[in-house]
Amino acid sequence: MAQKISVDISRRDGGDEPDGSFSCPGCGQAVDPAELAENLKVCPHCERHFSLTAGERIGLLTDEGSWTELSANLRSSDPLEFFDLRPYFERIEEAEYDTGLTEAMLVGTARMHKIEVVLVVMDFRFMGGSMGSVVGERFWRAVEHAIETRYPLVAVCASGGARMQEGMFSLLQMAKTACAVDLLSEVPVPFVTVLTHPTTGGVMASFATLADVIMAEPGALLCFSGPRVIEQTVKERLPEGFGRAESNLEHGQVDMIVPRRELKDKLVQVLGMLEGGVACALQPIWEEEAGPPGGGGALAKAYGRIRSFANPSRHSPQG
Amino acid sequence: MAELGRLPTLPGIHLKDEITKISQRLRELGGRRGGGDAWEKVKLARHSERPYTLDYIELMFPGFIELRGDRCFADDPAIVGGLAAYQGRTLMVIGHQKGRDLPSRTYRNFGMPRPEGYRKAQRLMRLADKFGIPVLTLIDTPGAYPGVAAEERGQGGAIAQSLVTMARLEVPTVAIIIGEGGSGGALAMALADRVLILENSIYSVSSPEACASILWKDAAEAELAARALKLTSDDLDELQVVDGVLPEPRGGAHRDHAAAARIVKEALEDSLRELETMHPQLRKRERYEKFRRIGVWRENGLTLF
Repeated sequence: MAQKISVDISRRDGGDEPDGSFSCPGCGQAVDPAELAENLKVCPHCERHFSLTAGERIGLLTDEGSWTELSANLRSSDPLEFFDLRPYFERIEEAEYDTGLTEAMLVGTARMHKIEVVLVVMDFRFMGGSMGSVVGERFWRAVEHAIETRYPLVAVCASGGARMQEGMFSLLQMAKTACAVDLLSEVPVPFVTVLTHPTTGGVMASFATLADVIMAEPGALLCFSGPRVIEQTVKERLPEGFGRAESNLEHGQVDMIVPRRELKDKLVQVLGMLEGGVACALQPIWEEEAGPPGGGGALAKAYGRIRSFANPSRHSPQG
Repeated sequence: MAELGRLPTLPGIHLKDEITKISQRLRELGGRRGGGDAWEKVKLARHSERPYTLDYIELMFPGFIELRGDRCFADDPAIVGGLAAYQGRTLMVIGHQKGRDLPSRTYRNFGMPRPEGYRKAQRLMRLADKFGIPVLTLIDTPGAYPGVAAEERGQGGAIAQSLVTMARLEVPTVAIIIGEGGSGGALAMALADRVLILENSIYSVSSPEACASILWKDAAEAELAARALKLTSDDLDELQVVDGVLPEPRGGAHRDHAAAARIVKEALEDSLRELETMHPQLRKRERYEKFRRIGVWRENGLTLF
């Protein structure tokens, strides 16, 4: 658990992608890739959770054949004409080629144990899961869809932070996604995030930590400033397990750590319980049955009944 | 130039054309200087004689009452906030505060807030909202503090919560970037109805040094990164990610604090005059719309701004 994990967002291969027979970096024991895949990419010896691609994550969480992607037609642009060692467009094309994805975030609708949800999935392999304009806009549209349909929103995060190559546009996606979450909570629609390895920077400081319930995968690095940044800038020695899911749980930053094989069940349970709350259950009734202004609608009657129960002195003898 | 224009002219001598020509030339020169070297702007934005939040407060709001503490853990001196009397009404002023000498820099943590700083800011904003007090934020930070304890107390969550708090405010909000607008640590106080930036300030997704070490694998390439990030006030104005640029006194704000404060005060007045006539719900909706629109992407082959 103590090994350093780079969160360099320009890295090509993303997380710890197993490739051929290899020894698990967690416990050093030999792992057979086929066995690993069978075990949801969790090391059978030490329970180390290897990164999932967006496609694998969707496969893990959704009922078969229920995924419909939304906003797939959005593509990154290059507003800054950014050029570091290579042009931004070249990096995007390479990421598209390597991952088969169109961006670092996919959004869509799906069913989870027959519950309809809006699902947001990030993929660290696509430019370090970095958040630029398309990620922000796709998230916004996912929220809009959740508000329209009242389907709960589930976001599986994996990101190195804001995407440098889009400069301030990327930073402001934090503001944009935060506004979106606020709109969602006004309805309210349940919003649950699953923080996977690694979730850092701008994503951690915006929608990822604004959820109603925050789940984390075991061992995931979850922080705003990564270990390397902290070591380099303030020369602080890092404690064992710094920034890991377990440390976040201990310090009260996440609600629970959920092993991968229990994730879908746990999500469905939590969403069901949140939706079972009065606010969500009554929401459609409030709107449809509010009736004309001044009361007299079904809502006013229901409210009157609740009040009469709450206050026995006004309780009519007929009950 | 203006004085030249007021000179009495002799018949037959047309100064006006000359003035126009010279003005144009000056603008060109100015433009070249401004847009040409992003690194110069970075150095100016970090200039140690540049007026800081407390300098502006002292010059603009006599009788300022500082309010401290986040009511959870501590008071973070990297963010100051409090009540200011301003033209017959009250204003909530909150800003990052750097230090000028070594002891005060250490005390202010170089203007890098910890989570309690953001939680204090949120508390003060909610207080302002409760009593209908407009909020002014002054932004000047290299970024949120990257430290172990800050992480353990939820730095990311604190910044995210600040964003939501600002999004929800029903009072007018004005944010002015007065020096360094460093990354999420700056944005956490800049989700405002009006976001203005002083001419020699910078506002960027990451510090040029951090960007260089990530993308160029070498922090020494910070100058290149500064240019690529488009972080100067002119760039930001062109990209329309700020609502306006405030000109600084000749040579920069560090040359004349009083003049800089006058400029900030005027801009604040103009913004508030405009914002206060709007219905609170409309103001809030326009704020959402503004941040919702931000981003550039291609959709069905079209580039959308």
